[in-house]
Amino acid sequence: MGELDRLMLALDQRGIDRAVMADTATAHLMASGQNLLSRREVPGLELDARENADGIAARIRVARDAHIRQPLHLCFAVLPADGRQRIDLDLVLEEGAKLDIVAHCFFPDAERVEHLMDARVEIGTSARLDYAEAHFHGPHGGVSVVPKATVKVGPRGFYRSDFSLTTGRVGRLDIDYEIEAGEEAVAELTARVFGRGRDSVRIRERLVLAGRGARGLVKSRVALADDATAEIIGIGEGNAEGCRGHIDCMEIVRDRAVASAQPLVKVTHPLAKITHEAAIGSVDHHQLETLMAHGLSPEQAVDLIVGGLLRRGDAPGVVTFKLAPVAAMRSSQ
Amino acid sequence: MALLEIAGLVFRLPARPLLDGVDLSLPAGEIHALVGTNGTGKSALAYLIMGCEGYRLDQGEIRFDGHRIDGLPLFERARLGISLAWQEPARFEGLLVRDYLSLGRNKADVEDCLQRVGLSPADYVNRKVDKTLSGGERKRIELASVLSLAPRLVILDEPTAGIDLLSIREIIKLIGNFKQRGSAVLLITHREEVTRIADRASQLCGGRIVCSGDPESVAASYQGRACRRCDGRECHDG
Repeated sequence: MGELDRLMLALDQRGIDRAVMADTATAHLMASGQNLLSRREVPGLELDARENADGIAARIRVARDAHIRQPLHLCFAVLPADGRQRIDLDLVLEEGAKLDIVAHCFFPDAERVEHLMDARVEIGTSARLDYAEAHFHGPHGGVSVVPKATVKVGPRGFYRSDFSLTTGRVGRLDIDYEIEAGEEAVAELTARVFGRGRDSVRIRERLVLAGRGARGLVKSRVALADDATAEIIGIGEGNAEGCRGHIDCMEIVRDRAVASAQPLVKVTHPLAKITHEAAIGSVDHHQLETLMAHGLSPEQAVDLIVGGLLRRGDAPGVVTFKLAPVAAMRSSQ
Repeated sequence: MALLEIAGLVFRLPARPLLDGVDLSLPAGEIHALVGTNGTGKSALAYLIMGCEGYRLDQGEIRFDGHRIDGLPLFERARLGISLAWQEPARFEGLLVRDYLSLGRNKADVEDCLQRVGLSPADYVNRKVDKTLSGGERKRIELASVLSLAPRLVILDEPTAGIDLLSIREIIKLIGNFKQRGSAVLLITHREEVTRIADRASQLCGGRIVCSGDPESVAASYQGRACRRCDGRECHDG
């Protein structure tokens, strides 16, 4: 089976309709390791991608006032146990453009895999980018994911990103995002991660509200079990009149897991306001007993609470994260 | 045979016994109001019946349907058909109302349960059971979730606290609904008008049931105060 077929199969297995990749009205970019497997442009969206020595370099540009109706799908994978993939991405939304991106990252059998991302994103005046990235990892924890991004959101622009790594073992995750929001711009970042085994999670997100009336939210939801560790650094800066920002970190720890949160808030204008909240602890006892009073066992109740915490805000249905297989994962290491 | 039978229940705090020989019997299908001033142990009694962590009997026993349950964990008591609506219900990030109301083993009609607590299903099924709900909304959803469980015994801990006055009538009607559906109700309340819906009532004071009978006479005796005998001092002093 070729790499493209294997990647399609991986999409199927995650409940993602592979037909979307065949749809001529839907733009996509698919890469496995350093191999560019497929790409499609649509009117208003230019997508240039090339293979290089250790991965893929891609440039995406959405034309002024172009509203791309179907989400752009980005599929990045390293399918063998070993490999390295570096994604070098330049993304520009011109004034008034709108784009949704759905990124799927597959590392199903990773034992010694590196996935690096360097992204530079420019969102023009009144442009809008909604970016959702979901990772699907295997049971071995042998993947190192290091995404770095600098994002500039122009006046009245909108940027929302949702990063989720809740399936399989994280391995090592080291996120470093820098976001600057201009006048009346909005930026919302959410990261949802479930670490197990000896997974290591580091998330550093810096949100600079540079323009008058800019608003932003940096939200982290992390659940940890076994010996996993997490360090969450949320930085909010308000540098102009009327800026409003909030840093919100919540981490649930179980077993021997260790979590830390460092919210850093800086305001350089007297009419700017940045707030933060951070909560780290075990599963809330009152929540647990409320669910058990509905007949759920302690394990079911914990799964439901953690699932809710890690669930995407607008996603339908109850997501449950079964903690029971963790022991099995551990024994298979 | 009573559905719930409590005999000689003692529960001690480090400094003093909070409940000191409580006897209470609740037949199936009966609404029993439990009144008492703040700090007399009404909620503690609810937690002891439900089996919440940190609430274990020092003496006595609790029987449900003839079987001792005081050694069972909370969720097993729930599976027997006991449910508790907390005075301050927990909130859950990411959990939708429709999912919360579908947690029970019985396949409840979520929309019907919401309507019975005065909430429009169209407006609430896709809301989250989180801090975006007001206190009153959260309380109603808690009552709807208990309805959805169709419990044999429901313990309502101050069900009207945080609910506006106009809505109290709806809550009283809802409590009657539990009875119509065959549930026994242990109703913990401060409100005299809520007590009136009960078939029987008891006043808890000084760690004991000091007065039991028809709701009117118990409410008349209580009237928001400690019992006549102790006036809040002798009973607590033993």
